[in-house]
Amino acid sequence: MDPDERLCAETWAKSSSDREPLNTDSNNRSITDFDRQQQKWEESSFNGCGARDPDQQFSGFEGPFTSDVDSQRKKKDLHGKQIPEAHESGNMQNWDPSAMLNNLSFLEKKIHQLQDLVQLVVGRRGQAMNQADEILVQQQQLITADLTSIIVQLISTAGSLLPSLKNSESLASQLGQFGGITSQSVRVTDNVVHNNANKMEDHPDPTGVFEDHDMKSDDDAEEGENLPPGSYEILQLEKEEILAPHTHFCTICGKGFKRDANLRMHMRGHGDEYKTPAALAKPHKESSSDPIFIKRYSCPYVGCKRNKDHKKFQPLKTILCVKNHYKRTHCDKNYTCSRCHTKKFSVIADLKTHEKHCGRDKWLCSCGTTFSRKDKLFGHIALFQGHTPAIPHEGAGPSDQGQSRSETANKIEQLDFNYKLDEPGRSVCQGLMELEGSGEDPSSYFSPLGFDTSSMAGFQEFPRPLFEDTESSFSFFLSGSGDYSPKNGRYAAPNDLE
Amino acid sequence: MQRLQLINNPMESLTEEIIFSILDHLDSDTKSFSATSKSFHSLESRHRKTLKLLHPDSIPAALRRYRHIRRLDFTNCPKADDGVISAAAEAYSGTLRSVDLSRSRLFTHAGLSGLVLTCGGLVELDLSNATELRDAAAAAVAEARNLEKLWMGRCRLVSDIGIGCIAVGCKKLKLVCLRWCVRITDLGVGLLATKCTLLRALDLSYLPITDKGLSPVLQLKNLKELTLVGCPGIDDDSLKHLKQASKSLEVLDVSYCSNVSCTGLASLINDADSLHHLNIAYCFTVTSVLSKCFYKLSELQTIKLDGCFISFALMKSIADCCASLKELSLFKCNGVGDEGLSCIARKHRLLRKLDITCCQEITEASIDTITNSCPHLTSLKMENCSMVSKEAFVLIGTRCQSLEDADFTETEINDEGLEAISRCSKLKNLKLGLCLNITDRGLSYVGSRCQNLTHLDLYRCMEITDIGISAIAIGCPLLEMIDMAYCDKIGDTSLTALARCIQLKKLEIRGCPCLSSLGLSAVSMGCKQLAVLDIKKCYITDDGLISLAQNTQSLKQINISYCPVTDVGLVALASIRRLQNLTVLNAIQLTVDGLVAAILGCKGLMKLKLDTMYKSRIPEGFLSEIEGRGCNIQWRNKAAVLRTDHLFHGKFD
Repeated sequence: MDPDERLCAETWAKSSSDREPLNTDSNNRSITDFDRQQQKWEESSFNGCGARDPDQQFSGFEGPFTSDVDSQRKKKDLHGKQIPEAHESGNMQNWDPSAMLNNLSFLEKKIHQLQDLVQLVVGRRGQAMNQADEILVQQQQLITADLTSIIVQLISTAGSLLPSLKNSESLASQLGQFGGITSQSVRVTDNVVHNNANKMEDHPDPTGVFEDHDMKSDDDAEEGENLPPGSYEILQLEKEEILAPHTHFCTICGKGFKRDANLRMHMRGHGDEYKTPAALAKPHKESSSDPIFIKRYSCPYVGCKRNKDHKKFQPLKTILCVKNHYKRTHCDKNYTCSRCHTKKFSVIADLKTHEKHCGRDKWLCSCGTTFSRKDKLFGHIALFQGHTPAIPHEGAGPSDQGQSRSETANKIEQLDFNYKLDEPGRSVCQGLMELEGSGEDPSSYFSPLGFDTSSMAGFQEFPRPLFEDTESSFSFFLSGSGDYSPKNGRYAAPNDLE
Repeated sequence: MQRLQLINNPMESLTEEIIFSILDHLDSDTKSFSATSKSFHSLESRHRKTLKLLHPDSIPAALRRYRHIRRLDFTNCPKADDGVISAAAEAYSGTLRSVDLSRSRLFTHAGLSGLVLTCGGLVELDLSNATELRDAAAAAVAEARNLEKLWMGRCRLVSDIGIGCIAVGCKKLKLVCLRWCVRITDLGVGLLATKCTLLRALDLSYLPITDKGLSPVLQLKNLKELTLVGCPGIDDDSLKHLKQASKSLEVLDVSYCSNVSCTGLASLINDADSLHHLNIAYCFTVTSVLSKCFYKLSELQTIKLDGCFISFALMKSIADCCASLKELSLFKCNGVGDEGLSCIARKHRLLRKLDITCCQEITEASIDTITNSCPHLTSLKMENCSMVSKEAFVLIGTRCQSLEDADFTETEINDEGLEAISRCSKLKNLKLGLCLNITDRGLSYVGSRCQNLTHLDLYRCMEITDIGISAIAIGCPLLEMIDMAYCDKIGDTSLTALARCIQLKKLEIRGCPCLSSLGLSAVSMGCKQLAVLDIKKCYITDDGLISLAQNTQSLKQINISYCPVTDVGLVALASIRRLQNLTVLNAIQLTVDGLVAAILGCKGLMKLKLDTMYKSRIPEGFLSEIEGRGCNIQWRNKAAVLRTDHLFHGKFD
């Protein structure tokens, strides 16, 4: 239906399947996955439906919410926002795909939360059997409430897809069945979800410690984003702020943290007052109540395209983007590759990525650009005038590098030496590449038998007797029969390279 | 000539231009011209444009003498190395346009680089068979900005990178031959086609290319000649892309492309208006899909269907093809019958060349039609058409008077047939191998009438004796090649007679036990141009070889296997400076010392075939030294064969 939606679904699936490995910190990939996932959460929260506050969730949930029960509840709700009825009915008539998407991603998140919560409960139950019944009941109610709200929203979302069902009695009656539960449980939700959120923070996160892992998605990734100017809020961090390793500092001891959540965890050590749910909860965001304004970031470097004063200003999406962009573009490259000692990077993650591939770029253009794939090099050469493939030093360079990596490939070649005898100097690297690539050697299509020098017909071509030899038959005995060294010739190459 | 000088010859009053234009037409005998007088000598030196070098030692003198050389041919000088090439390049830096290095193995990329940088005007370069050249050499070639024709057949170590350099550097390329450059793939070919848009002729035979490489090639607007022999990566889909290019395409060779089928070719042919030469040998079974297409090719002149299965319907469609065929090859085709062939012959009356080799179903009926309808036939190849009766050859001889090239190997032709054939006075090439019915009488007819005969094949014509050969030798003074292998009744008289044929370049007398050194001496004294000689299993002793060494300095290739020669003869033979190819198997009287001495003496040797038994006895260092000179030694184990060979039981044991 929509690529974004599919992506959401994938993330969801991944997060549930990766749950086990996520617990191990060493598994970088999983963490990356988590990070990506988290970013998605953040992104969607910009769209106004990702906040963990239940009221907010409901307010953000734009959709053909047809349950009368629910809308009435909303009106009564203390924190809930008064959604105009007219707005709702308007939505009902025109199915809005973006709203739909919002709803779906919201649902996804909701289910995630619930999943976490249930897991939490399961984990707690094992540890503390003697816990007060109250808490258990509370948890149970919480779960039920969440489940109910998910079901209701699912139905309403589905309803919006089926126009025939819109406003129909059948749907109303369906919802009516849930009505009792919904109205009951949602009230509980109001009280408990704060708790839920707190617990989530409190609980050792299933996805492991928050780790600052630079992501591949750099500032160029959102090149295509085309937000109209003014539709978002521009924030500009100062240079020091960007480059500071830690942005959250403990007011008591001064220790720095990269994330506020970690700081909050740290604060618990400074006294009981920091252990209250309110203190541990995520600080209430002012902006979240105003979801129209999306946050975007500007680079503090004047003249940069990412700077808000630039004519063709292109904002950066997240703080991470700002950091990476600033380091890459406006800072010295301090990290040097330990393999090639030439490539330098300012973002350590870039260095790590490079080091993974360093030395593999064996396809070199005369302009100095290297390519890891031959077809990329040839595409480059075809595109530019005057660029030529550069020849690595024969017998050195890539073949040597390849040798260590391709002992087996080399052996295979040696085994096949009989038929490859015609091309003894065939570079190992190339062989390897072909083995890696297609799995078959193109030259093996051909029988090399045809290469036999006996096929060099044409020797019988009779030469014009330009320089008739008049020496006697045995002249070679006199003219030094031992003189057969090829280097003794009068024409030994002045710059014999071989 | 002396008289010319005495009477203050009128040639001296001629201007240089006139003499030069005379020299232009005096293609073979410039040597005697320059030997006439000093002024003629210097005139010839100034006139000569092409230099075919022989031995590295002769090069300094040649470079000093000739100053206006445009084409340098190293094919007879396989020992040309970087030094030779750079010396020549410096001598002719301004004039040199064409260099042929197709037989040289000893030069490297350094020499090539020097040549290309010194001679900026280089237009043609032949690097075929340079199997040791790598991408560095190709990069050196890429500096030749004016290069238009480049042959790189069998440069097996040149890869995409190398050809990429050439593609970028040599923008003016019009002809490129990359046959057997098996390391060049789609990428290299694609880049070549992208960068060199002037390409007219491209040979990509035996390359591992697929659609991807071919599609840019087929975008070339000027492409006229495309050769894709033995490209298994090319299939029907690739040929569909040909549509764009097929407007200009004139010559297409997709023989031995096992994955090309009729449908692919049909889709191509639909658009190829200008195609006049089509070779689809050994591709597939030609079906009716293709037959329809032949109607559309109005320009088609040549079709080669070698090795295909051909139905009558297809033959009929070829016959109905609107173009007028000049050449048709049905070499080893299955299904070629009298009816179909007659159909074709009746329609294409201008047919010049017909190849029906091994078409076993052909009888005299179709020969009758062919000879009747196609009087202009110049080439008729019908080896092993065993159903054709002896009368058919009489028809050929009487009706096809323009015949120049006739292959009657392994047919029923007899003396009467030969008598008729001998009326074709233009006959140049006559192959009668394994024709057991012909005798001296038939040959005498040929000898008496075919004065232009240059090539004669009498392989295993067992009835032939000295009388027949003598008749040929007397009647065919232009004879260049004669094969009398295993004609065991031939004696020295034949060779003595053949000594009259001063043009003789190739002589095959393998397995003629009656021949002796006497005959060989006679031949060597008469035929000074003899270059290729096979005297395997002849009773030739040292005398013969010594005589050969003294007289035929142009000898390039010789096989003296099974000859009772000793070290003396071999060492004498080794003094022939042009000798490149020597085969000595089972010459049991040879010693290792003699062999080593001979090999040492024969500095130009490029290929040597020896018995395996010598391998252990010749010092390793010596062998590697010889190979370092550019000589390729092949070892054969033939010792066991000698005992079973019936020919020599009486003679040698």
